[in-house]
Amino acid sequence: MKNLAVTLKKVKWKHFINYIAIALVIAIFTPLSLGGSLPLTSRLLLEKIAMNILLALSLSLVVGFLGELSLGHAGFMCIGAYLGGKVALLLETNFNGDNSIVPFILALIVGAAVAGLFGFIIGLPALRLKGDYLAIVTLAFGEIVKTVFENSSEGTFGGPKGLKTPRFDNIYLFIIGFFLVLLCIFIIQNLIRSKHGRAITAIRDNEIAARAMGINVTKYKLVGFIVSAAFAGAAGVFYSFANNYVRASVFDYNYSIEILIMVVIGGMGNLTGTICSAVAVTFVNTKLQTMLTGDLAVLKDIVYALILVVIIIYNNAPALKGFREKYNFRNLLNKLFKPKSSTDKDDEGAWHRVPTKIAMDEVLSIDLKVVESTMNPDKEDKS
Amino acid sequence: MQEYVLETKGLGISFGGLKAAQDINLKIKKNEIYGLIGPNGAGKTTIFNMLTGVYKPTTGTFFLNGEELKGLSQEKINHKGIARTFQNIRLFNNMTVVRNVMVGLHDRPEFKCSLIESLLRLPRHFKVEHAMRERAKELLDIFGLLEDRNNLAYNLPYGKQRKLEIARAIATHPKLLLLDEPAAGMNPQETAELMDTIRFVRDKFDMTILLIEHDMSLVTGICDNVTVLNFGMTLAEGRVTDTLNNPEVIKAYLGD
Repeated sequence: MKNLAVTLKKVKWKHFINYIAIALVIAIFTPLSLGGSLPLTSRLLLEKIAMNILLALSLSLVVGFLGELSLGHAGFMCIGAYLGGKVALLLETNFNGDNSIVPFILALIVGAAVAGLFGFIIGLPALRLKGDYLAIVTLAFGEIVKTVFENSSEGTFGGPKGLKTPRFDNIYLFIIGFFLVLLCIFIIQNLIRSKHGRAITAIRDNEIAARAMGINVTKYKLVGFIVSAAFAGAAGVFYSFANNYVRASVFDYNYSIEILIMVVIGGMGNLTGTICSAVAVTFVNTKLQTMLTGDLAVLKDIVYALILVVIIIYNNAPALKGFREKYNFRNLLNKLFKPKSSTDKDDEGAWHRVPTKIAMDEVLSIDLKVVESTMNPDKEDKS
Repeated sequence: MQEYVLETKGLGISFGGLKAAQDINLKIKKNEIYGLIGPNGAGKTTIFNMLTGVYKPTTGTFFLNGEELKGLSQEKINHKGIARTFQNIRLFNNMTVVRNVMVGLHDRPEFKCSLIESLLRLPRHFKVEHAMRERAKELLDIFGLLEDRNNLAYNLPYGKQRKLEIARAIATHPKLLLLDEPAAGMNPQETAELMDTIRFVRDKFDMTILLIEHDMSLVTGICDNVTVLNFGMTLAEGRVTDTLNNPEVIKAYLGD
């Protein structure tokens, strides 16, 4: 018994905080759902949250850790959604209505694999393009994917009307979603906290130096893009099962940006922060949608934007620095899990973090330029 | 040919009409500390860039221990045994000091650990991580950076950043180490310390060192031979004291 206590003390709880949080969600909501006291709207919200955490985490790998700005993340999701939906449709006759999990898993594998393949294809130009230029390529990729599926023939992917997929009508669906999130955390966290993740962050910090140190930049950039795209594809498959209807117009530029917002607010290169912000953004968005109905619906975007502005200012304003440092989520966690902190310890538990301020400046500066040039094609820089 | 660690034969590069370096013939013996000096814009860093694969030479070629390395990628050249530091420091700023060195250790065969092993957290992953950290700490200790190991590289003072860059380059276990102005921005005492460190690592890791430097006290203090460049061409080469007293060299530095 004493040994157990010693081992428990040695465990670095910070490493497991993400798993614990998601496991708690599963542990709390599964009995509620089984008991029938969880209304449908809450289940749908939980499904959406699980999906957005998947998307934000996978994008965070490319934007936060690899340091490449990708504006076409919804494109990978779109591929996963359509292919997963199609696989499920083809299998429907074999697994007729018994709500078996087998078609879901098969669809998941196919969707994630094909999205990963496209991640590889997008990763190739990423080896040569930097910053703004890569952002434009990924933006174009997202739009191309959307257009291709919109113009597909009715027999293949349903064309403009969209693809009707079998709904996995199951009270367990959100639980499956959160198990997917656990898998995603497992893969991405273990990737980041290994020598390979260190190589990826080295490329982000200084590609020239990374090459000079013998790091295979080609390999690690492709690994980053493939893993990221595969999980976005998995999120897409999950979407098609949760919605029983896939329409390409959902996966537009705005959705890609919304995922990017989650990553930026959560802090680049901070997985726990990304999960929190994915939950918060999804929650706020959904609540606003239900609260502001009828004539007030126009206010939704304004309120949402205002909330984002306030969050960004709160995170960056120098005047609030003291307040932020005092009431910091990280400090709270440290107090809970590590009462005595010694400075001489090795940083084995430390995250590969970019100070959020710097990272945000970088992303926002690139992002705004791209947004400007896409929004106002006539105002193109002619100098 | 085997007696030289690095041998360049007629190495040259031109950017458009500009001949940044031409007909460079360096012959560097094992365990030698060799200086590459010359006024600004003489093409010293260009030569480093060719030797590390950043630029592809337009003429000539070069050999490391008799093996031709021309045309290989930067990663490959590093794996063959040439490591470098940069004139304008290029550290991984948002990583801690110890992690910077661990990136240098990344491709060493003794720390091999596949992606799958890392993802599934097999025992090998933990073993390799631990061994890498210990080796990185040993290297940091040599440069007096052990205390700073958990600081972000970005927050180190300038002199320590230079030292960290050297430590990181040595981590890749090179046969030939290229140092681009290692003493830039250091005071005389730090420079003297650096000279001792360079000699020490040369002996400890059995390396050959080629360095670019403007600080003549360092050049005369540790270099065995030097090559003086001017306008991309070799002006003089040989023993340090003889070469620095060469009237051509004095003219290039001070004018007529």
